[in-house]
Amino acid sequence: MSLKQEPEQALKTPGQAGEVALPDFKRRRRRFNYTPFLLLLPATLFLAIFFLYPMLQSFIIAFQDSQGGFTFDNIDTMVKDTNFGDALKYTLLFIVIIVPLQVVLALIMALVINTGLKWAGFFLYIWTIPLAISDLAAGIVWYSIFTNHGYINQILIQLGLTQTPIDFLSFENPTLVFVAVVIAELWRATAIVMVILVAGLQVIPRAYTEAAEVFGASPWQRLWHVTLPMLKPSLQVALILRTILAFQTFALVFALAGRIMPVLAGEAYKWYNDVRNVGVAATYALLILLLSLANTFIYLRFLNTKAEELA
Amino acid sequence: MAQIRLENIIKLFGKVAAVNNVSLTINDGEFMVLLGPSGCGKTTLLRCLAGLEIPDGGNIFISDQNVTEFSPRRRNIAMVFQNYAIFPHLTVYDNIGFGLKMKKFSKADIEKNVKRAATLLEVDKYLERHPAQLSGGQRQRVAVARAIAMNPAVLLMDEPLSNLDALLRMQMRAELKRLLQEIGATTVYVTHDQVEALSMGDRISVMKSGQIAQVDDPMKVYTDPANTFVGGFIGSPPMNFLVGEVVQSEGGLAVEIEGQRLPAPANLARMAGQKVTVGLRAENIEAGEVKDGPGLPTQVMVVEPLGSHLLLTTRIGGQSLKVVTPVDYPVSPDQPLWLRPDLNKLRWLDAQSGTLLNLN
Ligand SMILES: Nc1ncnc2c1ncn2[C@@H]1O[C@H](COP(=O)(O)OP(=O)(O)O)[C@@H](O)[C@H]1O
Ligand SMILES: [Mg+2]
Repeated sequence: MSLKQEPEQALKTPGQAGEVALPDFKRRRRRFNYTPFLLLLPATLFLAIFFLYPMLQSFIIAFQDSQGGFTFDNIDTMVKDTNFGDALKYTLLFIVIIVPLQVVLALIMALVINTGLKWAGFFLYIWTIPLAISDLAAGIVWYSIFTNHGYINQILIQLGLTQTPIDFLSFENPTLVFVAVVIAELWRATAIVMVILVAGLQVIPRAYTEAAEVFGASPWQRLWHVTLPMLKPSLQVALILRTILAFQTFALVFALAGRIMPVLAGEAYKWYNDVRNVGVAATYALLILLLSLANTFIYLRFLNTKAEELA
Repeated sequence: MAQIRLENIIKLFGKVAAVNNVSLTINDGEFMVLLGPSGCGKTTLLRCLAGLEIPDGGNIFISDQNVTEFSPRRRNIAMVFQNYAIFPHLTVYDNIGFGLKMKKFSKADIEKNVKRAATLLEVDKYLERHPAQLSGGQRQRVAVARAIAMNPAVLLMDEPLSNLDALLRMQMRAELKRLLQEIGATTVYVTHDQVEALSMGDRISVMKSGQIAQVDDPMKVYTDPANTFVGGFIGSPPMNFLVGEVVQSEGGLAVEIEGQRLPAPANLARMAGQKVTVGLRAENIEAGEVKDGPGLPTQVMVVEPLGSHLLLTTRIGGQSLKVVTPVDYPVSPDQPLWLRPDLNKLRWLDAQSGTLLNLN
């Protein structure tokens, strides 16, 4: 039966004066479209098998004792562990410091690339090189820079600024260790934020910044009143991604700082691999998950772009 | 006094001159239309004027100040963009007040000007909405209101009506004209629509391939096109052009078109024996059945009823000629028709270059 005939039928339906004969709405409903769901299926299956299932499993393990009964012991062990406080502190501190730094740096880099000046494209390639290096490799590279016989100390000695090598990565100097980790991570992972922001900047039509310019906006005003608000969706994605990844930072810290600077992900690894206590390791993993979720929620909530604000 | 003076403006894109040596003076408070086919360089010229492009040659003066290398925000201009470019993340109120806010006006001043501009353009009911919640026509009004709120000395508009449907366009055309008369800003208005140009402009600059073909008031551009390009671009139907030869005959000077002679003005004498192009508008030709007075024997090819009149396409020899007649004029294809042009309204152009002959 074709849809086209229905209005005619409706008109033919006898009705009293002023009464409009309505067509049968049920039959007119649009056919359900399965295509988007079919397209989503492979990704959904992948995520369910490799992410959702292990996540549920670790959730169960975290609350399971050796006999398979329910317990809070793992949480108790985790919280009372001497490293727990430091790990939590360092992880949060690391995130609070590195995420804003990276976003600001990445924004500056993205704006430079988006100027469209002659060398802008060249910078894009240079700045994304660290993305191709694994985090462990990056950690080792920076270790060879900061260590006692590393490049920095050699330069300092050559310049006569110091006689004995400075111990950047020692227990005595946790602040220096922390700074070294932050620098290494800035070098390694700022580019991913930059790439997201460059993509975001490129879809902002030039007409908007031109209009702002014509209407008297200075470069700062253009950035603040036009570019940043229109970049908000990309900033949101970058922040979520970057923060989640920062919660998982491990290999780089491990290579550079060893046990001097414990972080949550590192503790999970330690409890799994060294202590061989799967329960506590799973509890750490669960904590990281909860913190990431809470964070994502906050970003979604406070950086939300309403539908009517989109072009 | 916001007079605009363009001196020998050149703008190159690669090797292509989008604007090729344009000089133009726009008087204070004047409504100047830049008219021309798509790609002739209207937008580029307007962007040079706005400061969004820096010309490769020439100078731009606004109020006798050389602003050629000034950034847009130092020029005291406002602009309505073709695609409006109103900010999607700002409300209508903030969009209209954007320029004033950037120039650090007080909140009270901003409010006063936003309200005034919004009322003028009848968008005062939508001040809290975002552009996505407006229709195309309403967005267009917001774009104009944003420009007007600035009380600019110079107002630039790039095809502001081209994204509207025909009916809305006609309505906005009249409204804009009234509004701009009220404001009195020096306005440069870009369009490819000759009806808009004729109906709105104080003067029209017709552009072709990056150059200005003619600058005149609308009626002058219509009746006395500087060349066949202008005559063929302006008017619906465009001006008719017939090629003939200037000859001496017993009754004085004449032009012979496809073997038929029409009297020609005496000051065309120096063209005797040469080819000439005769320009004549469709509405200045009278159609008749019988051969009375000087005219041209033609054959009707096409009859197009256009509601208010008939548009006839006729043929004389190998050349075609368009004529309008009243709707009730009895005519059918293939019939012969005697066309009597208003001899005072014939225009004489060079057959080679197509430019208007100077008959003085
Ligand atoms: N940014 C640009 N880069 C290269 N060529 C351009 C650019 N802008 C315009 N042009 C060219 O310049 C000519 C004039 O363009 P434009 O001023 O936009 O014409 P109009 O507004 O009259 O349609 C066209 O041939 C166009 O292709
Ligand atoms: Mg254009």
